[in-house]
Amino acid sequence: MKTLADLKKIREKAQEDMKLRGGNVRIKIVVGMGTSGIAMGAREVMKTFLEEISNRNLTDVLVTQTGEKGLSSMEPVVDLIEEGKAKVTYGNMNPDKVKKVVVEHIVNGRVVSDYVVATGD
Amino acid sequence: MSLKRIDLLICCGSGCVSAGALKIKDRFHEVLAEKGISTEINIIETGCMGPCDYGPVMVIYPEGIFYKHVTPEDVEEIVSEHFIKGRPVQRLMLQDEDKVISVQKEVPFYQKQVKVALANCGYIDPESLDEYIATGGYEALGTVLTELDPQKAIDVVKQSGLRGRGGGGFPTHIKWQLVHDVQADQKYIICNGDEGDPGAFMDRSLLEGDPHRILEGMMLAAFSIGASKGFFYIRAEYPLAIKRIKQAIEQAKEAGLMGDKIFGSDFCFDAEVRTGAGAFVCGEEMALIQSLQGERGNPTPKPPYPATKGLWGKPTVVNNVETLANLPTIFLKGADWFASMGTATSKGTKVFALTGDIKNTGLVEVPMGITLRELIFEVGGGMTGGHKFKAVQLGGPSGGCLTQEHLDVPVDYESLKERGAMMGSGGVIVMNDQKCMVNVAKFFTEFCVDESCGKCPPCRIGLKHMHGILERITSGQGKEGDIEELQRLGETICKLSLCGLGQSAPNPVLSTIRYFRDEYEAHIRDRACQTKVCPDLLHFNIDKSRCIGCSLCARKCPVNCISGSREEKYTIAQIDCIKCGNCQDVCPVKAIDRVPGLHEDVVKHTEEALQKLGREEE
Repeated sequence: MKTLADLKKIREKAQEDMKLRGGNVRIKIVVGMGTSGIAMGAREVMKTFLEEISNRNLTDVLVTQTGEKGLSSMEPVVDLIEEGKAKVTYGNMNPDKVKKVVVEHIVNGRVVSDYVVATGD
Repeated sequence: MSLKRIDLLICCGSGCVSAGALKIKDRFHEVLAEKGISTEINIIETGCMGPCDYGPVMVIYPEGIFYKHVTPEDVEEIVSEHFIKGRPVQRLMLQDEDKVISVQKEVPFYQKQVKVALANCGYIDPESLDEYIATGGYEALGTVLTELDPQKAIDVVKQSGLRGRGGGGFPTHIKWQLVHDVQADQKYIICNGDEGDPGAFMDRSLLEGDPHRILEGMMLAAFSIGASKGFFYIRAEYPLAIKRIKQAIEQAKEAGLMGDKIFGSDFCFDAEVRTGAGAFVCGEEMALIQSLQGERGNPTPKPPYPATKGLWGKPTVVNNVETLANLPTIFLKGADWFASMGTATSKGTKVFALTGDIKNTGLVEVPMGITLRELIFEVGGGMTGGHKFKAVQLGGPSGGCLTQEHLDVPVDYESLKERGAMMGSGGVIVMNDQKCMVNVAKFFTEFCVDESCGKCPPCRIGLKHMHGILERITSGQGKEGDIEELQRLGETICKLSLCGLGQSAPNPVLSTIRYFRDEYEAHIRDRACQTKVCPDLLHFNIDKSRCIGCSLCARKCPVNCISGSREEKYTIAQIDCIKCGNCQDVCPVKAIDRVPGLHEDVVKHTEEALQKLGREEE
């Protein structure tokens, strides 16, 4: 490290690694992990999100979880929360659908309307 | 590297470690591996998070969920409920007046705090250089080295109003300016990490929790005064602090943040760690320098000051750990930002180690000028066990005690000094109404007698003498004039001692006489300790109306001075009683009380014995 610019590069990289602790993220993915969600495969869905996102080196995305969402018939349910946009809720998710959502919605910014079960709060 | 979804921060400050934090961490690793989700979760050991009373504590991000009193048995539940099902475990959260507090930033303990020196402590992994850099670490150093010259850097510190956090409160920029202005082939910077006050752990927590910050602060100071070599003087009782600082130095060297031509400037710097043998006096700067040189840690008369003739005769600045910890933020956020906090003469924040009879003991950082009431009752959560507040001792063993009437005094250097206490390094011991102030003064005097280096007679002989008088008073042998003698001795020792230790050691006695003179008088004149602490000035009494005649007390009495029967109940033969308290401890119906003062039988017996002695002498 020789200059302030070098330091800033390290800082930016390190901040990405610490984004879970309150850093700025573009999209927050919230997977419903209630009992019915888990029974319908929410863990697989979450795992696929984690894999797909790290494979694509998407550093501005955060994957987190919540409890029962109250949409048992549509489990696994996933919320995509984007700063300044209405929340998009996807239902009946599975690993294949996750891959499509990552490519279409997270990378290209196009909502996959076929899987959407609700929008807004 | 696979993407993580949870950051699990486990407080691994010494308090939580002694409460079992490391076992919990190991258990987490086991359970996560069993469930096959190790790759999704980061386990991070942090420095002290502050609320030691709740330990072991942990914070789980992204939500910032705060758990307290976690045990290894809770780990399984946290993993399966919180990590897998997303249902945080309510029973491990803090309950405040029937309200469950789930996230860290809502915990009342943190509400009045402003963290500058402690900003990263408990938030980052202290062993990771990258995490320190992520919080803006070493940016102040880079900016100062490339944009300022040493004089301008000193001016920034002057403008910020930063004063030494080790106790004296000497303006930091004056110390620096003196050394800056001296021409010398070699200058040194020393970080004073010799913290020996009972109940204080500010420096230890800073060194353990954010070592790179202290290192960066040291380099900023070194650049300003023109030093190329620094020493961390840390007491040997702090092995983790020593390990972390050594590691930080290695990491900084490897990353090119230390060594030659740092950030492409002409500034070259190297630092080393030296361990102290744990002598209180070695926190005094001249004694510290002697000790660092491998000599006996004795203070020397000033002048010459370390600024002109310090380590190995070279100009030297000795700064406290917390002073250095403030520097990176001052340079990063600006002097005006720092000076906007605090009072007219005391700027910024101060770290305190809150201990004693309060609910939230722990490490806190508050703006200067906060009142004692806010510090004790809001941050500290008030007294435990429904007891009343009696006194607070500020500034370590040689600090002074303040009372109820001072609760609205702002905490700053001048206000405390005016009232006979001092800021010291930041130890705050809160005492409830069950404490005997004469006994408290005796305890601290004993500490200072033990820790006096013995070089100068006022401290060596005077303190010992004071301790002797206090011993007499608390054992019921006090006599008229003792209080005046203590005051005279105390004032003399303050005036004549060579170093700060001796100059302040009589403070606990002088301040307790000032505010609790009636207790001294009761001990001397009435031979009574109203708080029922001093064993020689109280007696035990069995209340016959409550006694059930079980004989447990008589059987446990080591001197067989309790007798009676089931019908007649039990009584204590007061003259033989050694006041061990066994009887009170074993009584199943709490029929035995401590009563202040000597029993009349004992008084009569003593008088008779004295008369007899007098007759024999005649």
